[in-house]
Amino acid sequence: MWTTLAVLAATFMAQAPLHDAQYPDADIAYGATLYASKCVNCHGTTGDAIGGVNLRSGKFRNAVIDRDLERFIRAGSPAGMPAFTLDNAEMAGIVAYLRNMNAFDSATVKAGDATRGRAVVEGKGNCTSCHRIGAAGSRVAPNLSEIGSARSAGSIQRSLVDPTSQMMPINRPVRAVKKDGTTVAGRRLNEDTYSVQILDDRGQLHSLLKSDIRELAISTTSPMPSYKSTLSESDLADVVAYLLSQKGQ
Amino acid sequence: MTVMTATRRALAAGVVSLLATLLTTAAQAQITPERLAAAPNEPQNWLMYSGNYNSTRFSPLNQITPANVKNLKLQWVYQSPVAGNWQTSPIVLDGVMYITQRQNDVAALDATTGRAFWIYRYTPAQDRIVCCGANNRGLGILGDTLFMGTLDAQLIAIDRITGKALWKTAVAKTTDGYSITHAPLVVKDKVIVGVGGGEYGIRGFIAAYDAKTGKEAWRFYTIPAPGEPGSESWQRCPPNSKGFCDPDAWKHGGGSIWMTGSYDPKLNLTYWGVGNVGPDYNGDQRPGDNLYTDSVVALDVDTGKLKWHYQFTPHDVYDYDSVQVPVLVDNWDGSSINVVMWANRNGNFYAIDRATGRFLVGKPFVKVNWMSGFDERGRPKQTPQGDGLPTYPGNQGGTNWYSPSFSPRTGFFYIPAWEDYASIYSPAPSEYKVGTNFTGGGPRNLSAVPGAPGLGRSPLNTWTEAAGHGAVIAVDQTGREKWKFKMTDVTDAGILTTGSDLLFTGGREGYFQALNARTGELLWKTQLGAAINSGPTTFRVGNKQYIEVVSGLSMFVFAVEE
Repeated sequence: MWTTLAVLAATFMAQAPLHDAQYPDADIAYGATLYASKCVNCHGTTGDAIGGVNLRSGKFRNAVIDRDLERFIRAGSPAGMPAFTLDNAEMAGIVAYLRNMNAFDSATVKAGDATRGRAVVEGKGNCTSCHRIGAAGSRVAPNLSEIGSARSAGSIQRSLVDPTSQMMPINRPVRAVKKDGTTVAGRRLNEDTYSVQILDDRGQLHSLLKSDIRELAISTTSPMPSYKSTLSESDLADVVAYLLSQKGQ
Repeated sequence: MTVMTATRRALAAGVVSLLATLLTTAAQAQITPERLAAAPNEPQNWLMYSGNYNSTRFSPLNQITPANVKNLKLQWVYQSPVAGNWQTSPIVLDGVMYITQRQNDVAALDATTGRAFWIYRYTPAQDRIVCCGANNRGLGILGDTLFMGTLDAQLIAIDRITGKALWKTAVAKTTDGYSITHAPLVVKDKVIVGVGGGEYGIRGFIAAYDAKTGKEAWRFYTIPAPGEPGSESWQRCPPNSKGFCDPDAWKHGGGSIWMTGSYDPKLNLTYWGVGNVGPDYNGDQRPGDNLYTDSVVALDVDTGKLKWHYQFTPHDVYDYDSVQVPVLVDNWDGSSINVVMWANRNGNFYAIDRATGRFLVGKPFVKVNWMSGFDERGRPKQTPQGDGLPTYPGNQGGTNWYSPSFSPRTGFFYIPAWEDYASIYSPAPSEYKVGTNFTGGGPRNLSAVPGAPGLGRSPLNTWTEAAGHGAVIAVDQTGREKWKFKMTDVTDAGILTTGSDLLFTGGREGYFQALNARTGELLWKTQLGAAINSGPTTFRVGNKQYIEVVSGLSMFVFAVEE
């Protein structure tokens, strides 16, 4: 295969889990809500309303692996299914739901409430002391205004209880000590062989030449606290629902 | 009378002088097979994709030196009118530069100013099927004729003075998934090209065409038909296959050709690297070694008959195309053996006796875990990784199509590499349908956080230290590392070395860099603003040496100003 940016982009975007991977409950729950709004009219609540197609079987003629399933959903079918434009989070959700439709129990896996989630994010969660959503909050931690289209429900849920496991490498905390003794601490926005671009802990942009840096320390531990014991399961589900609703402009 | 005689003599002398000048000019202009074979003797010109038949991308030019390279100044920029990844490598002849530009245009430029003499425009068929964009990597030349393969699998001859087409030959049917993206190789009176389409279930081939007429002279299929030598490597499906097995796997077995081969005039052999097997990842449906995919083939240049082959990755399930430019080096490691040197996408450096195909050495130049060593005949001992585990090198390889370089001065072989880079493979059955994607599953990136956005590269590099990175690795002729120049981002840039021990290369970050070819020390760099995806070249016009490189949509040409 020839290498192109396009091929790489496709490779990098293929982040939805493969069918042999675990599907997080948060993805399945989100997928169930999407199914109820986008798919149920044709496929029915039990997934078998179209002759010859039984979604609950978990087996798909045109989709052995999840990427095939995603491609099929995006392209539609000449048999009559329209093409669907879904963001990454939506696609991860719908695939997770379809792969687990037969076993899915709506009584035990519940989607949260976005309105309640907003109250937690802005209130006891204290999330906006570091993160920014829209025009409110700090710029120090990654901006969450588009998190609902960028990350799957499962990834958002895991971020809340085990932040380090979900930290993107570019968001690793860094501390650069320049040769003149001054220090810049924050997270990287970009890096190349000769320079590094940092958003510091006070919300300022720095572009540093590596030849001017004495030491560049990179931590693989997220500075974000875990909410595993400080928020209830129900609060967490609500926060996930609110963040999933942040789809950007 | 006397006066008349003197006048006549003067006139006659003038005519003789004029004729001599014209003949000299004509002789200079005519590109003969002999001149192509002796390309290093006229280093002012760059007469083929890799500069010479040995494909070393080494130039004896030495006006630009480690001492004055810091004085390199931009001479001119030429911008391509069509957006996209521009991979061309020019031909330069007597101060005129011939380039391909997207989609399938050819332009003749003043090599000292970038001003165009003419532009030949060819619009490939709208229903063409090409894997990876409107790529064309360059031209071949013979006599006064340029040759270009097209995205819709045509071979076109173009008059280099007028820019008008002379003939066009259909090489293959584009709607079946065939294309041509590499620069043709011109040898004797023939133009040699191969076909791309390894992700569309083609049956690959290399073919030679008469340079005057475009008539096909010979064709070598990279996938043998039943009964032909090598066909035993396409095994019958077992009677009780658990999964999908394709009894006609050879018919759409891939074996694409998308980089230019090399030529040894003494042995009369031409060497070509063969691309991946189809489908790329699902080995179960095509049992056997799947010759001649992922191999180097040595063909008799007059007949196209196979003299020998060596398969780098038997029964490939990683997309380890072996299309890399074959680099021919004489007196390997001080011996009397002439070899083809190869840095393969599968992560290994090789030296192979180019007369016989005998495996001499194989050695990883990056982290490799798909194999653990070689048997005495050079067959890799494969060590497949379990489900969900990373395979090194990853899908894009330890290197790929980007040109390496060999300097006869340093004796080093220079590899544009991706280090510490892995993929996780998920094979899946794939039924062949004409002209449709035929990969049998796919790879995914090792380092991504599941459910999070994919990692991105330049201009915003979010891979950081968590995943692979680029490097130029200099190895000796047995593959031992001599020095390494590390980059933060990966590189798709080829490498040029020169007679003053300079090494020029780029990378995804957009820096164009000059290194000391003996030590790897950075001597000069400039930021060109976009990824560099082709191999630099050098040429001389008058007394001035120029360095050419393509970055993004633009071609940049530099020279030293003292």
